Amino acid sequence: MPDSVMIERIHPLLDRAFATAGLSLAPCGEAERISLRADAETASAIGVMLGLELPKRPKTSASASGLAALWLGPDEWLLIGELGSDLAGRLARVENGTFSAVDISHRNTAILVSGPKAADTLNSGCPQDLSLAAFPVGAASRTLLAKSEIVLLREAENSFRVECWRSFSDYVWKYLVDAAKSA
Amino acid sequence: MTPSSAGANRVAGKGNVARTVSFTFDGRRLTALEGDTLASALLANGIHLMGRSFKYHRPRGLISAGPEEPNALFGIARDATRTQPNVRASVQEVFDGMEVTSQNRYPSLAFDVGMVNDWMGRFIPAGFYYKTFMWPAFAWKKLYEPFVREAAGLGHAPKEADPDRYANRFAHCDVLVIGAGPAGLAAALGAARAGKKVILADENASMGGSLLASSDAMVDGTPGRDWAATTVAELASLDNVTLLTRTTGFGYYAQNMVALAERITDHLAKPDPDSPRERLWQVRAQHVVLATGAIERQLVFADNDRPGIMLASAARMFLNHYGVTPGAKAGVYTACDSAWAAAFDLKRVGVEIVAIVDCRKDVPSELLSRAAELDIPVKTGHAVTKTSGRLRVKSMTVEPLNGTSAKKFEIDCLLMSGGWTPSVHLFSQSRGKLAYDGDNGRFVPSLSEQELTCAGACNGAKTLAAALSEGFAAVGADAPDSEETASMEGFLVGAAKGAGPHDFVKAFIDYQNDVTAKDIRLAVREGFQSIEHVKRYTTTGMATDQGKMSNMHGLAIAAAELGKDIPEVGLTTFRPPYTPVTFGAIVNHARGDLFDVTRRTATHEWAEAHGAVFEDVGQWKRVWYFPREGEDMHAAVNRECRTTRQIAGIFDGSTLGKIEVIGPDAVKFMNLMYTNPWDKLDVGRCRYGIMCREDGFIYDDGVVGRLAEDRFHVTTTTGGAPRVLNMMEDYLQTEFPDWKVWLTSTSEQWAVIAVQGPKAREIIEPLVGGIDLDAMPHMSIREGRFCGVPTRLMRVSFTGELGYEINVPADYGRAVWEEVWARGEPLGMARYGTESMHVMRAEKGFIIVGQDTDGTVTPDDAGVGWAVGKKKTDFVGIGGMKRPDLVAAGRRQLVGLKTKDPKIVLEEGAQIVTDPYQPIPMKMIGFVTSSYWSENCGHSIALALIEDGRAKMGETLHVPMADSTIAVEVTGTIFYDPEGKRIDA
Repeated sequence: MPDSVMIERIHPLLDRAFATAGLSLAPCGEAERISLRADAETASAIGVMLGLELPKRPKTSASASGLAALWLGPDEWLLIGELGSDLAGRLARVENGTFSAVDISHRNTAILVSGPKAADTLNSGCPQDLSLAAFPVGAASRTLLAKSEIVLLREAENSFRVECWRSFSDYVWKYLVDAAKSA
Repeated sequence: MTPSSAGANRVAGKGNVARTVSFTFDGRRLTALEGDTLASALLANGIHLMGRSFKYHRPRGLISAGPEEPNALFGIARDATRTQPNVRASVQEVFDGMEVTSQNRYPSLAFDVGMVNDWMGRFIPAGFYYKTFMWPAFAWKKLYEPFVREAAGLGHAPKEADPDRYANRFAHCDVLVIGAGPAGLAAALGAARAGKKVILADENASMGGSLLASSDAMVDGTPGRDWAATTVAELASLDNVTLLTRTTGFGYYAQNMVALAERITDHLAKPDPDSPRERLWQVRAQHVVLATGAIERQLVFADNDRPGIMLASAARMFLNHYGVTPGAKAGVYTACDSAWAAAFDLKRVGVEIVAIVDCRKDVPSELLSRAAELDIPVKTGHAVTKTSGRLRVKSMTVEPLNGTSAKKFEIDCLLMSGGWTPSVHLFSQSRGKLAYDGDNGRFVPSLSEQELTCAGACNGAKTLAAALSEGFAAVGADAPDSEETASMEGFLVGAAKGAGPHDFVKAFIDYQNDVTAKDIRLAVREGFQSIEHVKRYTTTGMATDQGKMSNMHGLAIAAAELGKDIPEVGLTTFRPPYTPVTFGAIVNHARGDLFDVTRRTATHEWAEAHGAVFEDVGQWKRVWYFPREGEDMHAAVNRECRTTRQIAGIFDGSTLGKIEVIGPDAVKFMNLMYTNPWDKLDVGRCRYGIMCREDGFIYDDGVVGRLAEDRFHVTTTTGGAPRVLNMMEDYLQTEFPDWKVWLTSTSEQWAVIAVQGPKAREIIEPLVGGIDLDAMPHMSIREGRFCGVPTRLMRVSFTGELGYEINVPADYGRAVWEEVWARGEPLGMARYGTESMHVMRAEKGFIIVGQDTDGTVTPDDAGVGWAVGKKKTDFVGIGGMKRPDLVAAGRRQLVGLKTKDPKIVLEEGAQIVTDPYQPIPMKMIGFVTSSYWSENCGHSIALALIEDGRAKMGETLHVPMADSTIAVEVTGTIFYDPEGKRIDA
């Protein structure tokens, strides 16, 4: 293959932007993502390799420089890293234990929902309790936004990262726009 | 401003001082005050005639001031597209420019030809429709139904699409309070002060409930109305409280999920066009306080439906909250203390009370002395037995309960009270059990099934003090002192004097559906003993008001006729919604683009730009075909199929489901889920797999590639992707939780570009990096680079041609596709869609699960029995496949069909018979599953499931159609390149 060909990576939400009073939506930049499945012992070893302890409780996440690990199930985490964090390479160096690490960097995309109306906007389609008491900063959950599965991560009091599969992102984006107008 | 400018019946010093607004009523311009309901506005203008009844078209007036209103229903229009029928005047607030149209009348409200039904009333008894329109049978459809449909019905639904927006909100709270009367305000205040997260919802524009209707209630030393306002202000100032006015709690579901409908703009003259019209709230509450109040009943007496006859509580609310009197000369007919308070209040503002007629013999002495002070004539132990007046009540005739000495009074309005029915709708919806309280003629909440408390009148509290104390107690707080004249003591359910079994009068129990006391008795005499049957036969309680006023009366009359106690006759079921809810609120955001998810692949925009026609495959948009200028579908598909087999074709297969199966037990798991054996599949090779359900029928299929000893790249059908993963996870989590294997959906990680045809390799070769194509046999998979990006390159074919499927990370899909297209187009490569894909796979006899199978087809039936591992001891479906009927002779087997006339293309689904001359009904031996014109074969081709099909090769069968019978020959399923040489071309 001639290396001269430059293959363009096209973001599923290319050129989208939305803002209204109290709320803005923005596509998150490209990221490395791994769907990680591992038993408890291996999880500790992986944590050492990644430089963070994988969270063990539902609705929680852990983060270290440029990397977030979201608890999705008793043996399941979503790892989100900055481009270049080489998550796959680092996981390949975990020697002991059995686990499954699948690259889903392109399967998912993400939307940043921020502003004082962020929780109300999400609650137009997400049935979870998003009060700070029930869903504090750092809380994460695989949940629903209307008819789409999403993974929700509260990055700050008024800022949520909404991960969804790429072909659902158009629906999720449009739903959030409609919800934001009514929130 | 002076009150009289907004209607003659305004009372100085009562109601709100507000701006005037102007609206039209059947074209007539009227003035009202901002904050008026349509009901108070019309009454202020002296209008009582507000509607025509459903069946008899009798003139009707306003009965109530609340959501129970059965009569005063109108069409309300804001503009040409914003019209709504059956709006209750007692709920709708007036706004500037509102257009109000009366309903169910022709040509006008005052003169309605439908009134003939009233004179014919004795010929239209209960169950009339069931009895009358039975014969002749044809007449129902042609004659009766169109007539009944024209004559029946209330308003007209708008014909245009709803231009408004609707919203949804999920919410959680510690305490949800439904109803902001004294009990509800008390509960909300107590909970809020204790720091709980509170949502308080009330269906009215103002919170306060019965306190707004009272003239003399005192709470904590201040007038009740002021206490309500102060309480609302305190609640509004707290961060932990959400106040929702114009918001009806309409549905109570499991685990304290309560649905509320908030009406946001219906009262506004010029709503913000971006604002939603309504919002559906779905609230999950730790604790629910139902403070839904009680609804006053009418009394059931002859002609109790003339305009001007209304509930006493309604008159009091109109006076004390809206500053409007119902007339100048009122009669009062009651069985309950509360109506006396209405009489006193009206008298104090100068309305003449001709008499308080109470059918009870004993009335509290305070009421009697108060009436005497106010100089109001009182007739206890009496009844109103007759009224007169066509478009407005003119007189009432009063008789002693034990006697016949009638006396007639001139009146212009008549206020009545049969006592109060607790609003137990939501409690009952919550699965709470009701208990019959015989001393008070009512059902009250008893055992709760959910975390809830009932407080106030809905719980049977009869006084303000009781309501407040229950409200505060519901959240563990103490109530302040309070007092009020009116109590809900006293009741009458069932027929009053003069409306008994031997009186031939119309005494209405259900106004909206025109059900009278004698209709209920007739239903019982005709054998309907259950209240549920009586309801359906007479239609009592079935209109838009759902019998809020009528249910207890209907029940009491049926019980009396049956000679049973009320609890023995039962109570009809309360179901959501409490009051009508718009479809808009329920659908909310799910309209237009948001009706459902629309999924598009990475090449969608490119295909669109190149003229693709799309088809819906589940939620996906897939390219159906790529017509060139001037081509129809047929021509485009013929060209695409021809070119792909002669040169090459490119196809987007991204929607295929993909599952990564990883772990030391991966191969064991694959052996379990698929009928095929997997142990001997080498790394780097692919195999076509069949998945069955336990019953032995085909569930899904797809090509599986082995990437490593412990890693499989599994593909599924487009539609099967979610359910296949679900089924796999189900087995893994419930049957084999100790197996070390994990499943991850990668359907959307990879864009899949299929390049098929003799020049496929020539086209892709220069773009491939790190993979030796010479070492890639048919059914193999390699990891490497494609156009410089990571790829899983598969050599597979769904066309029978040499072919590759290029998997690249999805964000690169578009650019890689364009690179392949740039290479292939100069060589003559076609781009093709799902239709050509279907034709070419059928030419090769490849099945499509869901088209050539229907959930009752085994691998053997489908001719893919070779994919079932004969030596395997276990897999999903192994037992099912051995069932006697699945191994018996005579099963339908997949075969090919060739029409004798090669030009005829069979219809998919067409039935197949052996002898076309046999008598009808013929014996069907199978049906066509797939059928196409094959340009490459030069004749039509079809697949069919036929009994013992493989034993019928070469036989002639017949496909009877409406206008002809088509002769077909049974063939094998492979129509093109039967030797399979082209795969290695």
